[in-house]
Amino acid sequence: MAVDIGGLTLKNPVMPASGTFGYGEEYAPFLDINRIGAVVTKGLSLKPKAGNPTPRIAETISGMLNAIGLQNVGVEDFIKFKLPFLRELTTPVIVNFFGNTLEEYGEVAARLSEIPEVAAVELNISCPNVKKGGIVFGTDPKAAHEAVSVVRRNLSKPLMVKLTPNVTDITVIARAVEEAGADSISCINTITGMAVDIKTRRPRLANRTGGLSGPAIRPVALRMVHQVVQAVKIPVIGVGGIVRPMDAIEFLIVGARAVQVGTANFVDPASMITIIEGIEQFLIEEGLKDIHQLIGSLEL
Amino acid sequence: MKNYKTIILSNQEISPGYYRMRLLTPGFSESARPGQFLMMRVQQSLPPLLRRPFGIFRTGFLPADCDGMPPKEYTEILYKVVGRGTNIMADLHRGDKVEVLGPLGRGFDVGDPGEEKILVGGGIGLVPLYMLAESLSARSKVRLLMGGRNRDDILAVTEFERLGVETYVSTDDGSLGEEGLVTQVLERKLDKFPSSSVYACGPMPMLDAVYRICHRRQVPLQVSLEALMACGVGACLGCVVKGAGHAEDNPRYLCTCKQGPVFRAEQLDWSRLGEEPGYCEGCKS
Repeated sequence: MAVDIGGLTLKNPVMPASGTFGYGEEYAPFLDINRIGAVVTKGLSLKPKAGNPTPRIAETISGMLNAIGLQNVGVEDFIKFKLPFLRELTTPVIVNFFGNTLEEYGEVAARLSEIPEVAAVELNISCPNVKKGGIVFGTDPKAAHEAVSVVRRNLSKPLMVKLTPNVTDITVIARAVEEAGADSISCINTITGMAVDIKTRRPRLANRTGGLSGPAIRPVALRMVHQVVQAVKIPVIGVGGIVRPMDAIEFLIVGARAVQVGTANFVDPASMITIIEGIEQFLIEEGLKDIHQLIGSLEL
Repeated sequence: MKNYKTIILSNQEISPGYYRMRLLTPGFSESARPGQFLMMRVQQSLPPLLRRPFGIFRTGFLPADCDGMPPKEYTEILYKVVGRGTNIMADLHRGDKVEVLGPLGRGFDVGDPGEEKILVGGGIGLVPLYMLAESLSARSKVRLLMGGRNRDDILAVTEFERLGVETYVSTDDGSLGEEGLVTQVLERKLDKFPSSSVYACGPMPMLDAVYRICHRRQVPLQVSLEALMACGVGACLGCVVKGAGHAEDNPRYLCTCKQGPVFRAEQLDWSRLGEEPGYCEGCKS
């Protein structure tokens, strides 16, 4: 079940999607965190960030919209208050981060480089819920290239870059971040959406729009992962609506080297364990000795 | 705190549109505190996608069966049918399987023994007050002020009376108890018992009115808030509420599921809290 995702070896290919697993400790009562391939922490910025006004979430058919707005404790409080828990884990810790400016991206990357407990980082250039940073860098190949280059220069750890689906052609961005020095790509982040309360006739989110996640987006995510796998040489991590083992297996078949589980953590806190066990079972049933016999085995 | 894969012991309509569900939850009552809540996965298939939060009404033990089976530990929730999730729940029966995450959140601070307490419940907001009344009534004089739009909204009052709690009922249309708002009753009670602590749960406009009354009189107040929640454990930050001192350029959000759902009134920014939309599906959804 072990996989390599651009310089980082995982004992299995299942990890949480950033923002759905807090800083790990929130879910410690419900599952053995050391059984999952890695922990991916909530998006971190240089300074603490308060996030968006409420309401911040709305449920839709087989999905949820969120406009949290990257609320987080900031790098220094992360080190002081969140790292002590993460330090005790035996599974690798991947820190997701973002900046408001190119300089901030570089600064956070440099700070994270100094922390030995951080095994790898995931660069967020794809959050749809903030005006500065986030998606601004993820929708333009030139800006994405620049952001990844700045981070690459300041970072001494494996670099995963998370892409947004809110673009016309995701492969253009994927190639740009590969060229700029990304070690792997995770895709997709949430799809921008909207919901309206028909009684009040107002948007159900204070931010008006939010990021759609959950099973509703899985076919879109699968298609994009398939496209990105064809477009780049670096490993791709599939994200988007994975709830059951068979969902993860689909992503592996189209070529994802690993997967991230997001909204499903809210539905069932132990869903990643079920998915790991389900993949193992599938390998046995199919007579496969190595997960790499599954990865990229799509017949066209 | 754990995820229980459990079964329903009973699920009955107790008033038009209101249900009482009893769940088998071994080990739950040892850890559940007054004011805590649980997140329920109402069915295995989708939709609905997310769990629904419900205030814990009470926990207890069913006596041992005559065939020698040990006592069964249960948890009860009361809920109002308002949306997709609670509509599905209303159709569930004894023996049906559900998943329950809990007990979650911070509950009420029971305060000083001996001091008189006033509990204010609005409709389904009564739910988290029962365990609190159980805990308080052993040590203090407790009064429950219960309000609703009409008699159908008044729930479980006799159960509070069995605890020795003095209960006062008011309805908007006067169909049960006195006609008028529960907050009018609160003003009168505070005139008579000025030193009492107040504990409240109900719709935001009611809580807002209770806050203004208590603030004016300098009476300590704890409120249990409702919020839309996705995770229930403080990971998603979807259920935040504005904390005291919140400003556009200095935002301070508190997480309802983890830092609440019970807050001391002074922890919150009340300037616009009364305008927050009502989310009530169970007590907390």
